[in-house]
Amino acid sequence: MLNLKLYMLQRVSALIMLPLVLGHIAVMIYAAQGGLSAAEILGRTKGSFFWFLFYGTFVFAVSIHAAIGLRVILYEWMGIRDLKLEILSWGICLGLFLLGARAVLAVTWL
Amino acid sequence: MNSRSDTLQVKVNRGSQADRYFETFDVPAYDNQTVLDVVSWIQQHVDPTLSYRFSCRVGMCGSCAMMVNGEPRWTCRTHVNRVVKADRLTIEPLRNLPVIKDLAADMDPFFDKWVAAGGLHHPSSTRAEPIEKVDPADEARITADASIECINCAVCYAACDTVAGNPDYLGPAALQRAWTLYNDVKDADKSAILDQISGNGGCHTCHSMGSCTHYCPNELDPMSAIAGLKRAAARSFFKRGD
Amino acid sequence: MIRPARAHPLWLAYILHRVSGIALALFLPLHFWVLSLALTNPARLDELLAFAEMPIVKLAEIGLIFLLAVHAFGGIRLMAMEWLPWSAPQKTLAAGAVGVAFFVSGAFFLQVI
Repeated sequence: MLNLKLYMLQRVSALIMLPLVLGHIAVMIYAAQGGLSAAEILGRTKGSFFWFLFYGTFVFAVSIHAAIGLRVILYEWMGIRDLKLEILSWGICLGLFLLGARAVLAVTWL
Repeated sequence: MNSRSDTLQVKVNRGSQADRYFETFDVPAYDNQTVLDVVSWIQQHVDPTLSYRFSCRVGMCGSCAMMVNGEPRWTCRTHVNRVVKADRLTIEPLRNLPVIKDLAADMDPFFDKWVAAGGLHHPSSTRAEPIEKVDPADEARITADASIECINCAVCYAACDTVAGNPDYLGPAALQRAWTLYNDVKDADKSAILDQISGNGGCHTCHSMGSCTHYCPNELDPMSAIAGLKRAAARSFFKRGD
Repeated sequence: MIRPARAHPLWLAYILHRVSGIALALFLPLHFWVLSLALTNPARLDELLAFAEMPIVKLAEIGLIFLLAVHAFGGIRLMAMEWLPWSAPQKTLAAGAVGVAFFVSGAFFLQVI
């Protein structure tokens, strides 16, 4: 039930996230060495414009990507349609974006 | 190497669209028996009211397509030996289509979508002009030829889980047909085809799970045809700056 | 969802992609909430990170990285199939995508044990 616009949004957001995902996994593998702590994480990210951009873009893209992906699943597997579908899809998009933006700000707050 | 017993237990899904039920028949097992043989035996020897379809019975027309143990197949080309499990068979009408009666599915939605997908030739010349020469070695022609042997049996349509979850989805056969016309040099209105396949329920609904290609008895590849349509639609999306 | 009798490789790739997507989408809000504790309650964040040292949590993290890698590489496979004009040996690609995902989560595993 994707039309061309939703399909393109989904694919383009995926392409944007590709380098971000690979980078994130690499960072996680590196950071997990010797255990994690708040101080260690924040030492890397606080005040960092680079990480703000990196994770800010990631959050923006994933909010769109996950919302469209879940929209299809709600439609195909749960039979949700019309207004209910729109409300849920937008709700997921905005919810993820707000929670994610908050997290990005929390770790990069300048 | 047949250690089966002499009898098959065959569960047949019967009834009208509104009222479905299973009925089990004991059918004598023979060597070299097809599922169509089994269904015909039931109708001829046990219950003449069993409704089902077949025509050529030699794997050319696609009329005998049904669900056999959950998989869509041409029953005339399905040997019982290949699909029977512990002497049991379950036979149902094609999935994803309404039922007329017993094993006969209503093919109307399938054909409606065939038309809706834009698989209609848009003429580019008249009879007054010379016949257009189409080179069979031409790349677009080879692409189109790979998909033109579809005989509309609806096995791919029944196999597709996306069709099952989305009644608007045009389906693999209809989209593959649109793809053959998109690659046909004689067709005059390719953008009309693109419009029809990129709307709601169009090619972008496909998840590429490949059940269509996996089950096509003619060994066609609707999944790749649909990928081709996605490419064509994406290209036009970027060109038009939508 | 109707469970089919057939489970051919590309269908399995589709299901894995879908299920990993759902799992990741469910995990994300939790992940975001934990991280935002750095703003509101850093002590609690440290507590949770310490808790996350437990082997069972590490195992879950490996699982998550596997799902993320599966979803990402599966997605790359899909887009390659859709947008690159190959008639690629699909199953090989699908298997390759899962293989790379295994490798990536394996690397994580080795770092955290």
